[in-house]
Formats: sequence, structure tokens, C-alpha cells
Amino acid sequence: MITLGIDIGSTTSKCILLRDGKEIIGKSLLVGGMGTDSPKKAMDTVLKECEITPEDVARTIVTGYGRKNFEFGDGEVSELTCHGLGGRFVFPELRSVIDIGGQDAKVIVLSESGRMSNFVMNDKCAAGTGRFLDVMATILQMDIGDFDACAAKSSDPASISSTCTVFAESEVISQLANGVKREDLIAGICSSVAARVSALARRAGVMPMVCMSGGVAKNGAVRRALSESLDMEIAVDPLAQYFGAIGAALYAYRQAIK
Amino acid sequence: MAEEKKARRPVDPNSAKYKLGKIASDAFADAIEAKKEGKPVAWVSSNFPVEIPETLGLATAYPENQAAGIAARGAGERMCEVAEADGYSNDICAYARISMAYAKLKECPEQDVAMPDVLLCCNNICNCMIKWYENLAIELNIPMILLDIPFNPDYEVSQAEIDYVSAQFWDAVHTLENLFDLKWSDERFKEVTGFSCRSSRAWLDATAQAKYTPSPFNGFDLLNHMAVMVTARGKEAAGEAMEQLLKEYKENHENGTSTYRGEEKYRVMFEGIACWPYLRATSHGLRDRGINMVTTIYADAFGFDYHSFDEMIAAYCSVPNAINLEKSRDKRIKLCKDNNVEGLLVHTNRSCKLWSGFMSEMSRQIGEACGIPVTSFDGDQADPRNFSEAQYDTRVQGLMEIMEANKEAKGE
Repeated sequence: MITLGIDIGSTTSKCILLRDGKEIIGKSLLVGGMGTDSPKKAMDTVLKECEITPEDVARTIVTGYGRKNFEFGDGEVSELTCHGLGGRFVFPELRSVIDIGGQDAKVIVLSESGRMSNFVMNDKCAAGTGRFLDVMATILQMDIGDFDACAAKSSDPASISSTCTVFAESEVISQLANGVKREDLIAGICSSVAARVSALARRAGVMPMVCMSGGVAKNGAVRRALSESLDMEIAVDPLAQYFGAIGAALYAYRQAIK
Repeated sequence: MAEEKKARRPVDPNSAKYKLGKIASDAFADAIEAKKEGKPVAWVSSNFPVEIPETLGLATAYPENQAAGIAARGAGERMCEVAEADGYSNDICAYARISMAYAKLKECPEQDVAMPDVLLCCNNICNCMIKWYENLAIELNIPMILLDIPFNPDYEVSQAEIDYVSAQFWDAVHTLENLFDLKWSDERFKEVTGFSCRSSRAWLDATAQAKYTPSPFNGFDLLNHMAVMVTARGKEAAGEAMEQLLKEYKENHENGTSTYRGEEKYRVMFEGIACWPYLRATSHGLRDRGINMVTTIYADAFGFDYHSFDEMIAAYCSVPNAINLEKSRDKRIKLCKDNNVEGLLVHTNRSCKLWSGFMSEMSRQIGEACGIPVTSFDGDQADPRNFSEAQYDTRVQGLMEIMEANKEAKGE
């Protein structure tokens, strides 16, 4: 049985095709999320690449912020449940997922049996989210993918005291003007995201094993700062950005066999 | 094709809904009428002892109630902006901003009130109330009477606090007598306290009917009906209407019916003041998922039952925002347990720093004590700019999915 999970975020769309709830047979990721044609394109892409027709898919579940407005799904589930399921699919011992996406950050705590027992999300502020990092990358005229390597060179991470993205933007500009090294600024920016998210994690009752999901999981500097702040190992997997879609596909499978 | 508008069924004039709606709207109309007749009008904070103006026959209007009405009818942002243009920060309570705007404009078609001759302020609900009313007093050049009921860090109300508040109670009475040539009558006071307790007992008994599963009512009904408890609990008609409400809820239970439409799959407690500008979105976000908000301390906060003068004062010293975290928590835990609550939804209300501030820790303790999931959403009691429907939706769905998983784990 083949099921499809689609995660429509604020900045990207991800799809996963799952066979019998066990094997990932295809995946796609397109830039552009809710309100764009990327979700449909991402779905068409994964089906085409795997040479599967929509009729071959037993059930499709949609998750993410765009979950309610996508007409090609059979149902929708929150990204909270899906990130928990997806994380647990990859890490069977997983108890906590830290998901930092484009516009929100969330910490999901799982019971021993793997069901979601608690979650905490960021408030209406962009600080501590991928958007914060995007804004900082723009100011520094850097590719966000280079943050990790650049931050690793830092010997004296800058202190970013503003918790507001807008204020932090002017703070970073001012520190740049004062000659603070780019690598120290980037390390400081990543630490500031980690500080904010680790506070959420503590509130949620984070416990090992912990993993990161979402686009920011790829950022090693944030991951290391988070790990230090929480004093816990944080696992990461190349599929981290797909956890929501994996969870949706798994949810679809569980529904389909009921 | 034009959308066909469903005709609304007329409300049965013998129903609690009709009676309570009429009392709530009459409360505003009566004060406007009194003003036209040249009688004095007081603006009163919601947990000020209603027994004082009611006994003295002083017409009243409730700015909090007015602001909620204005916000629910979509004019919150417009009024807030008027106050902000006058220099009031958008960090200040939106009820206060709307009230300050009304004091300036003296009209708002969404909910007009009679302009006041005196302000009756009690800070048992929050301390922002003092500055709000002081500013009103200055802007309108009218007297303000403050009944100071400070936050009580102890679990019980002490005799010293009762004495402190009692002295202020009588001082407020004498000041009002002198200001407006009014006369206090012990006999009338006894009658008013009787009405107030009768309304309160029926109200608290009605809200307690949520002990049944399914609940005989949709908890969002309480948010509408409580307007009567805020503005008119000392009136005879309020007691009658509340008893009718109780009777209907009992009948609903006996007949297996409810004002909650659809199947009640999950039961939650709602914490905080209602998000009035988005009452429909917040209500439907729950209802569409089979969630019934069966209880909220916000509604019960306006039920004052007592048997003596001292008990009355103690009741006013025990309103939710005047008591310590432990007592507040225990009251809520009791509500959760009495009403078989399966989840807690917390409104992190930008307007109410006091309430939202202590809820972070308190909701954690409630969740632990009751073994229920807790989630919060950002919003505001009256300023629509502080709410995101998508955020609300995701969190409510997450809460529902935990409750669903909990039921599955229990084999329900």
C-alpha cells in the first residue's frame, strides 16, 4: 500500500511517498509553500519520479500551515502530530522533537509509546524561527547554508541582546559597523535562536532522545548552541526537513489500514 | 448565485436566552434613560460591589462590558486607534483604550452608554483599573471612588483585610450619599444582597451542570450570559432569569439535549478573558473539532454567594485576580475535576498581563495535577491586531490530537 504525506509550510513544500508504512520510496521538496503552486508541483514531482499515478495512492494526508487549503488531500493533521510521528519513524527511541521552521518554532514531547504528550510553540514573534535567520543572512549578504562553516570560525560570539527580529536587525547592522567580525556575529545570531528555542524546550519538558526537524536542522551552529544550552545531545538526520511529510504519510497509512 | 440568508428563529420570550439578553441590553438603556432624566450615572468596574449602587438606586454602566460589546461587534481596532493617537500605548489593556476613546468621542454606535457623573473603581480584578479610572476622572472632570482590594498573597482572606475593605465600603456609601443626595437603606440593602445571592447561586449552579457528559450547554453560552452577572446581578430579574437558565440546563440533561451543536467528543476548560473580536473563530475552531469548552473560571468569577456582610466582603476579596497562585490553581483544578475536563486551552491575552503572566506556571501545575494537556494561543480581549487564526487553529488541533491519542491509549 502506498500513502502520500504532504507538508505545506510557510516557505517550502515537502512530499513523501511511503510503502506499507515502512519504506520511503520517494520524496520531493520545493521552495514555496502556502499560497503558491509549489505544493501541487511537489506532489506531481514525487509521483512522476516514482512512476506512480494518483490512483495508486491509497490515502493522502496534508499537514503544515497550508494543510486546510490543499484540495488534493484526503485529510489533514497538524504538523505537531506529524513531526512527532516522522521523527519517531527515523529515530525509534525519540522522545522530543525540536522543529524550527520558516515562521515558527515548536517543541513536541512524545510519550514512551510515541504518542504526542505535550507541545509548546513560539508566540507571535519571528525571533527564534527560520525567518529570523533569513533576515540576518540578508543583512550579512550571505547564503544561509554558509552559516554553519562561518560560525565554526568564531572565537568570540557576539551578544545579540534584542529578542525582536526588527530590533536585532539594527543591532547586527550596528555591530557590523563597529567592526565586529562576521563569524562572531553569525555565531551570536545562531546562539540567540538557540537561547529562545531552548526556553521553549524546557517549558515543554524536553527529554532525551532529542532530534531537530525543519529547515533550520541543517544549521549546525544552531544545533550545537541548542545542544549546549540544553546540555543534551541533539540528533539530526538528512531527512530532518521531511519529518512532517513522513509523519503525514505514516498517519495516512495508519488510517488506511483501520 | 446570491447566498441565501437563513432566517433567524425568533427567541422564545420565556427562555433564559431572551430574558438574559433583555436584561443585558436594558442595563445600557436604563442608564441612558436615567441620564436623560437628569439622574446621576456611575461607571463601575466589573467586580466593584454592585450592592452599593444598587442599594442607593444609582444608575450604572460597566465600561468593561461596553468594551467587550464594542470589540465583539468589530469596532475594537477603531476605538483603540483613537486612544493610541492620544498617546495611550498599545501595551495598555484594550478595554481601557476603548474606554478612553469613548470618553473622548462620547459615542460608538456599536455600544453606546450613558456618560458618567462618578467612577466606581475596584482594583480586585487588576491594578491597571486604577490608572484607567484616574485618567477617566481627569478627562471627564468627575470624582472617582476607589475601593482598594489589594492582591492577597495568602491563601485565606484575613479579618484585617475584611476590616480594611469594609471601612472603604462604608466610606464609598457616604461619599455617594453626599455627592448625589442619595439615601442608604438597610432594608433595601438586605433586599439587594438577597437578589445578588439568588442570581449568583443560580448562575453557579447553572455553570456546574457541565458536570454531566455530554454537557447540557456550549460553554461559549456562558460568555454571553455572564454579562448579566457583571451588570445586573443585584436585580430581581437577574435572579429569575438565572433560575430559568438553570432549569433549562437541567431539562437539557434530562432530555439528552444540549445547546452545543454536534457530538461532544472532547471537553476543555478555557482560561482567560474571551477573545471578543474573534469569538466566532475561537468558538468554531473548537466546535468544528467536536470540542466543547465546558468550563471557565472567567464565568464563575462573577458569582458572589455569601451569608453575612463579612462574607460578602470576603467574596469580593476572593475574585480570581486578587488571590494567590495556589488558591487560583486549586479553584481551577476543582473546576477541571468536577467537569471531567480533558484539556486546557489558555488565552495568552496581550491586554491582561496580570492574568497571562501567572498562567504560564499555573497552567503547568493544573496540567500536572489533572493529567491533561495544556496549550495556549496569543490573542486579545478587545484588540483584534493581536490574534492569528492560523496559529489558533494549529494549537487547538494539536490539543485535540493529544486528547484523541489519550483516549485511544485509555481504550475509550
